[in-house]
Amino acid sequence: MKIHQLSLFAENKPGHIAAPARLLARGGIDIRSLYLADTQQYGILRMIVSDWRKAAAMLESQGFAVNVTEVLAVEVPDRPGGLADVLEALDGTGMNIEYMYAFPMRGDEAILIFRFADPDAAIALLQTAGINLLASEELLKK
Amino acid sequence: MAAMDAGVKLGAGYPDAPSTEIQETDATNCHPASVPDYIPLPELRELQLRRLRAVVALAWRQVELFRTRLAERGLTPEDIRVLEDIAKLPFTVKSDLRDTYPFGLFASSMKDVVRLHASSGTTGKPIVVAYTKEDVDVWTSVMVRCLAGCGLHRGDIVQNAYGYGLFTGGLGAHYGAEALGAAVVPTSGGNADRQIMLMKDFGVTAICCTPTYFLHLIDRAAELGVEMKKLPLRAGVFGAEPWTESMRWHIENLSGIEAFDIYGLSEIIGPGVGCECRRHQGLHIFEDHFYPEIVDPATGEPLPDGSEGELVLTTLSKQAMPMIRYRTRDITMLLPGRCVCGRTLRRIGRIGRRSDDMLIVRGVNVFPSQVESALLEIEGALPNYRILLTREQELDQMEVQLEVTAQMFNDKIGALQELQSRIQSALDHVLGIRVRVALVEPHSLERSEGKAKRVVDRRPS
Repeated sequence: MKIHQLSLFAENKPGHIAAPARLLARGGIDIRSLYLADTQQYGILRMIVSDWRKAAAMLESQGFAVNVTEVLAVEVPDRPGGLADVLEALDGTGMNIEYMYAFPMRGDEAILIFRFADPDAAIALLQTAGINLLASEELLKK
Repeated sequence: MAAMDAGVKLGAGYPDAPSTEIQETDATNCHPASVPDYIPLPELRELQLRRLRAVVALAWRQVELFRTRLAERGLTPEDIRVLEDIAKLPFTVKSDLRDTYPFGLFASSMKDVVRLHASSGTTGKPIVVAYTKEDVDVWTSVMVRCLAGCGLHRGDIVQNAYGYGLFTGGLGAHYGAEALGAAVVPTSGGNADRQIMLMKDFGVTAICCTPTYFLHLIDRAAELGVEMKKLPLRAGVFGAEPWTESMRWHIENLSGIEAFDIYGLSEIIGPGVGCECRRHQGLHIFEDHFYPEIVDPATGEPLPDGSEGELVLTTLSKQAMPMIRYRTRDITMLLPGRCVCGRTLRRIGRIGRRSDDMLIVRGVNVFPSQVESALLEIEGALPNYRILLTREQELDQMEVQLEVTAQMFNDKIGALQELQSRIQSALDHVLGIRVRVALVEPHSLERSEGKAKRVVDRRPS
C-alpha cells in the first residue's frame, strides 16, 4: 500500500524546476503527481513517478539531492466532504499527518497523498475505517 | 621504504591514529634524498649559517632592492656572523614582487634560468618566480622528501591532480613523484568523472591535490557509485590551501586513505617547503633549504619556538630568486622539541589561517576556518560552503551558503528549517556575530578545481 515518493531540493529561483523535469522527460519517466512545498528561500519538489528507482538514479547521477519517502494514497469521491470523511477517521487516534496534498482525477475521484510518521499503523487504521487505499500500480494506472 | 607499508593500518581515524603501529623509517633505510632529514642538529645549524651567508651575499650582489635596503640599515653581508643575525635583515613582502614585476628580484641572468612560474594574481599583475637548473633540482629533492615521508615509494601510482601550468603545484609534485620512482598520472585539475575513472582503472595508490578538490572527488565518486574505500588508494598529499583537522577526519573516514598536509608557496619554491611525516604531528620544514622564523605579525619581532605568529622564510640555496625573510602571511608556530620520527627538522603547526584571510565583519574578526570547523561539527554537514558578505543599510551582513547534500536533505520543511537554525546557532556561537544561513542546491556553488573560493565580498569599499 505504500507508495514511493521522490523529493528534490530546489532553490526558489526561476527555472530551477525545469532542469529535473527535463531530465525525467528524457528518461521517459511520467510524473504522476507533483507538489511543491516552498519557503522563501527554497522548495521541496515532491513527485510520484512511473519508475521511481530509475528516476532517483537519474537525478542522483546529475547531483540532485533526492530523498525517497513512503507515502499513502487514498482515493476519495471528488465532492464536498470527501476529504473530511478521511480526516475524521484519523481524528482522535493520535495519528500524526506530517503533510498531505491532493489532486483531482479525470473522473469523479480525487487522490489524497499522506505522509505519516508511522505509515504501517496508518494503513491498519485507514483500512479498518473502510477507506480505500491505492497500491502503487493502481495509482499509476489512473 | 616499502617495508613500512606492511602491517600499517592506513586511513585509521584521526585523531586516534595508532602511533605504535607505524614503524617510521630512519636514516639507514630512507630514500637517498631523505638523508638530510636526519642531519645532526649542530651540523644542520652550521650548514644553515654557511648557506645563509652565501645567499645574503648573492642577493646583495645581484638584487638592487635588497642592496638598497641593507644600505639603509648600514648593513653588509659581513654582518651575518651567527644564525640569529638573520633578525637584522629586512623583510621581503609580497608587494615587493609586484613592484619589481616581472624580473626585478632575479639574482641570475636569464641564461641560467630554466623555468618561470607566475601566480594567478587576483588583482593586477601576477607575481613571477624563476628557477635555475639547480633550483629545480632542489625543488625536486624536497618534493621527493615530502612524498617519501608520506610513505610513498617506487611502485606507487600517483595521480597528480594539482593544476599544471603557471601554478607551481602541478609541476612541483610531478617532478618529485617521478624522481621518487613512482608512476605519475598527470591528470591536472578538473574533470572529476575522469579523475575517478582513472583512479579506479589504474589502481592509483596516492593522490596529490587540494583537500577541497579531494572532498569533491569523494562526493562525486559516491554519486557515481564508486566506493573509494575499496580502491587501492591509500594516501593523499593535500595542500595549496589551509585546511583543518576536522576536514582530515572527514577525508580519512569517507575515503579510507591517510591524509597528509603539505606546505609550500611559489615565492619560496612551490610545494615542498614542508610536509607531515606519518606521525602527523606538524609539518617538517626542509630547513637545510628554507630557514623558518616566527615573528609577531604586528611588530615583526622574532618569537621563540612554541609561540604563534607569522611564518617568515628565507631560501638558503635558491639561485635564480633568493627570498630573504619573506613574510608568508601564514599564522602558525614552530613546534618545540623533536618529532618521534627521528627527523631533526623542526616542524610548524598546521596552518589553519592566514593573516590575509581574516575578514572584519561588523568590527569582529572572522576567519573562514572558524566557519568550516563549525560546519563540520554539525553532523552531516560536509563543507561545500561559501561566505557571502554584503552591506545593507550601512550594516555588514554575513551569509553562509551551504550546499544541501543527500544526507542532509529531508523532505519535511520543518526538518530543513531545524537544520538551518542549528547551523546558524553554531555559527553565531563560534563567531560572535549574527549570520544568515542559506541552503542552496548541490553543485550550485563555484567548485574548487584549484583553490577554494570560500569568500565573496560584495561590500562596497
